[in-house]
Amino acid sequence: MSPSQQPPLIKLEKICFAYPGRPPVLRNLDLELRPGDKIGLAAPNGSGKTTLLHIIMGLLRPSSGRLEFFGRPAAEEEDFIAVRRRVGLLFQDADDQLFSPTVLDDVAFGPLNLGKSREEAREISLRTLSFLGLEDFADRVTFKLSGGEKRLVSLATVLAMEPEVLLLDEPTAGLDQRTKKMLIDIMQNLSQAYLLISHEFDFLAATADHIYTMEEGRILLDDELYIHQHQHAHRLGKQPHKHI
Amino acid sequence: MISEPFASGDSFLHRLDPRVRILAAAAYSFTVALSYRLPNLLAALVLALALVALARLPLNQVLPRLKVVLGFLLLLWLVLPWSYQGTTVARLGPLAVSREGLLLASQITLKSVAILLALIALLATMTTARLGHAMNQMRIPDKLVFLILITYRYIFVIEQEYQKLWRAARIRNFRPGTNLHTYRTYAYLIGMLFVRAAARAKRVHQAMKCRCFQGKFHTLEEFASGRREWLFAAVMLLLLTGMAVYELAPAAVHHLFTLACGSPK
Ligand SMILES: Nc1ncnc2c1ncn2[C@@H]1O[C@H](COP(=O)(O)OP(=O)(O)O)[C@@H](O)[C@H]1O
Ligand SMILES: [Mg+2]
Repeated sequence: MSPSQQPPLIKLEKICFAYPGRPPVLRNLDLELRPGDKIGLAAPNGSGKTTLLHIIMGLLRPSSGRLEFFGRPAAEEEDFIAVRRRVGLLFQDADDQLFSPTVLDDVAFGPLNLGKSREEAREISLRTLSFLGLEDFADRVTFKLSGGEKRLVSLATVLAMEPEVLLLDEPTAGLDQRTKKMLIDIMQNLSQAYLLISHEFDFLAATADHIYTMEEGRILLDDELYIHQHQHAHRLGKQPHKHI
Repeated sequence: MISEPFASGDSFLHRLDPRVRILAAAAYSFTVALSYRLPNLLAALVLALALVALARLPLNQVLPRLKVVLGFLLLLWLVLPWSYQGTTVARLGPLAVSREGLLLASQITLKSVAILLALIALLATMTTARLGHAMNQMRIPDKLVFLILITYRYIFVIEQEYQKLWRAARIRNFRPGTNLHTYRTYAYLIGMLFVRAAARAKRVHQAMKCRCFQGKFHTLEEFASGRREWLFAAVMLLLLTGMAVYELAPAAVHHLFTLACGSPK
């Protein structure tokens, strides 16, 4: 099958969601992620990006709408348990993701849950850490890591599960330029399709093929986004950047 | 912030299977807590010091750790000797110091110092992570193990959140005093801390679910017991049994001693 014939990795149809007692965050949202897609999502704070990712992972249930993964619908917790084996989410706050005392324990947590043996899990974890240039971190204590280190280790914990799709919630937040550069290199070497949230235009330009945004609880694709991009360009007018 | 100053080392005890150390610590604590005879308690203290020596922990770092119980013990010594009814051995002005009070205070002091020292030697010589993993492999319920590991991991984060809230209050010129405003602010602060801790717990659980956590806890570390462990366990068992027998039937032990050493008379 050519990529265009394969079913979308993730397909959302008319998703509606509201937190109890609050106005709706997502209103009839549609989204499709296909094999090989590298999509950036840039939208103001509070527009529902994190909520969207949590809906995709089945952490929140939409009030209406349909979710489909790899061509199969998902609605119940059972379905999402299977989905989480193939879709990895990097949380916005690394402290939520790293809960084990040591780095190696944390990275191995996912593989062990997937039923790998101790040896396999250790091997996968060490391999993932060295892929990210973190081979010396295995025995470090997680709560003593710096913000940037925590972020990269979080990414390792997700990658160690060898997901087919990655969702990244503001991976660049709070990173210094050097770590950001490292992250760009890592992203460019990933084989998986991903959807990443970021406010940083230069980061998106380097890592995403398409940049979407969100407005009034819906996704706007980049062709509908032309005017938006232009405003963006003016705000960052002094920095060199690409127009997409 | 939690530091684990004794956790790294290369002594006999450091290398001993953590599971054996946990069992030994539990057995020791029970035996000593239930012992009352002074010779027994003195023996327990000697054993604890021997364990500290076996772990090659520097005494000048171990002793300051006893501060935790020292304040409590001091209070005990100030109150117990004269408030406890019994045979008077001395008088301090209007206060009669009783023999039983002195005895009880000594027992409690010996017990707590001995148990604390033994726990430092046996348990503080492993990281909390190790402790959790070892407990996990001893079939101790997952929930309990999680409680320990997660507390260890997040106590620091919660402290940071407390500092953040506290800074936010101080930036806006909050000065604690003895008034309703102060109490209310403290109540909000603590309330906020609980709310944040609960929200944090929820997000951590979500992150764990995303990594296919389904309630069963797996660990990477695997521990092995060999001759060293058996030897250590046997010696500990022998000593603790000896203490238990002496506690229950001191006459039998005296009898054994006289048999072994010959009658002194
Ligand atoms: N647990 C929650 N309970 C109630 N409202 C929430 C909760 N989480 C987020 N919100 C609200 O939903 C909206 C979208 O939040 P979020 O998805 O976090 O936005 P983003 O990630 O784009 O900044 C915001 O208005 C936010 O205040
Ligand atoms: Mg967000």
